Amino acid sequence: MTDTAPLRWDIIPQGDRCILLVLSDQIDVAVGRRCAAAAAALRLAAIPGIDDIVPTLNSVALHYQPRLLGADTLFQHLVGKIEKVLDASLNAKQAPSVGRQITIPVCYGGEFGPDLAEVAAHCQLSPADVIRLHSHEPAYVFMLGFAPGAPYIGVHDKQLAIGRRATPRTSLPAGSVAIANRQTMIYPNASPGGWHVIGATPSILFDPEKNPSTLLAAGDTVRFVPIDPQEYLALKREAA
Amino acid sequence: MSITVLKPGLLSSFQDLGRMGHQHLGVPVGGAMDSRAHRLANLLVGNHENEATLEITLTGPTLRFDAAACIAISGAALGPALNGKPVPNNRPLIIRKGDVLTFGARTTGLRAYMAWHGGIELPVLLSSRSTYLRGGFGGYQGRALQANDVLTPRKRLDDSKLDHLERELWKIKVYLPAALGLGSRATLRAMRGAHTSLFKEKSITDFFSSEYRISPQSERMGYRLQGNTLELKSSVQLLSEATSFGSVQVPPDGQPIVLMADRQTTGGYAKIAHIATVDLPILAQCMPGDSIKFAQIDLEQAQQLDTRREDTFEQLYQALTPLRELLANG
Repeated sequence: MTDTAPLRWDIIPQGDRCILLVLSDQIDVAVGRRCAAAAAALRLAAIPGIDDIVPTLNSVALHYQPRLLGADTLFQHLVGKIEKVLDASLNAKQAPSVGRQITIPVCYGGEFGPDLAEVAAHCQLSPADVIRLHSHEPAYVFMLGFAPGAPYIGVHDKQLAIGRRATPRTSLPAGSVAIANRQTMIYPNASPGGWHVIGATPSILFDPEKNPSTLLAAGDTVRFVPIDPQEYLALKREAA
Repeated sequence: MSITVLKPGLLSSFQDLGRMGHQHLGVPVGGAMDSRAHRLANLLVGNHENEATLEITLTGPTLRFDAAACIAISGAALGPALNGKPVPNNRPLIIRKGDVLTFGARTTGLRAYMAWHGGIELPVLLSSRSTYLRGGFGGYQGRALQANDVLTPRKRLDDSKLDHLERELWKIKVYLPAALGLGSRATLRAMRGAHTSLFKEKSITDFFSSEYRISPQSERMGYRLQGNTLELKSSVQLLSEATSFGSVQVPPDGQPIVLMADRQTTGGYAKIAHIATVDLPILAQCMPGDSIKFAQIDLEQAQQLDTRREDTFEQLYQALTPLRELLANG
């Protein structure tokens, strides 16, 4: 990051047990990294009473239990503690770096990616170009949401701009790799979904019996690696 | 030493206070829809308030006890009876080997919570024993109870001491503070949120003054409401952000949805308001077809009410010390 101006944020109550820290009104990877860094710093600070810290595209939510804060003016009390942590971490000379590099194999097109041709046509590209643009450079995991372990990954090349499907599908198989609004969503389990499915991964995104339970976390960097159906089936057997 | 499910009821699943600390992984909190009744049932059998209880929806199960137990039922009045004889809610009850617990007709509420002294043997997944029905994990095999399921209590009561225990339990006055009651209020207190001003003035007025009916498409994930259409001043694309229990989100059709226990952790719809935590149990006990209204309060008032409820729970916990001691030695 080259800008040296102090970072600002808005602190907004969301009901009586949640606070949103809004770091920006846009989505880009720099904003995403700041959200992940703020979440990591707050997690490290372990403020009593806060039991969930949820980074999203441009904000971080703090879910808290007022009774564990032990103060009269609960909201203001908490805001003071949060400001201290953010001042120290986000404006530090070296912003803490969080996140790992994860490779996700994807079998694109055919029965694995029924919307690949449609996406290509909409973007005026060949299917091969869509695959190349989707996999040629690493992408950033902004957040997990929608379902356990389901990542929002981006921001993809401008040429891959396409909205959501007009009609969501009622059921997508587990591992579906889908795009919309220059982002990728991977559906960890069979579920309905409104994004365009361009491929499928044999990787397991969520397993409640494992620790960690998710393959990805906000702040990670993902590289999609194209594989063929044989490799998909082999990896799938291995994962099972 | 077990309990056999003879009939499962409409939807009976184990819930505790929820899966805290995993929302950043997209894992819903879940847990009891009416945490007030859930906690009450636990306290009445000497448990920690986070012990899993059986959340019983509308039509209760039939359970055969193959060993003695101490249970309590709180929340909705769903006609519980032991060997055919009605038993009250909000009392610790001694159950003997061979007893059969049934449920009958509903009088009030929608969800009852049944706690066992010592709890039921259930795996802790992602720091909770709650059942996440949609995700198929947690609680009893990740699903609602079915006929012939067998539940194993974690603690066994001494059969030779049951008569004594029952006599002593009846001697203990269980005074339920009014602040823990639900009353019959159909007005839920709610706060404005960051998105409220994105809505047309008329829509904000409508939301805080007109009646909304609970639609049949209401379940543990969310309550869909039907009433005056709520409209944004202009169409905006909001970014997905975290959601809360009680957030009132408005999809493009203008009919609000209140996010409940099994809500997704994030969402991108505008939220017109957030229901005060203290009033969420009222909504959790409402049936499809019931009508509700919303009254606006501010954050400070909501937190005062919340704090008062928590203080009351603390007082009740203290008052139940003799009960806990009695059961610990039972």
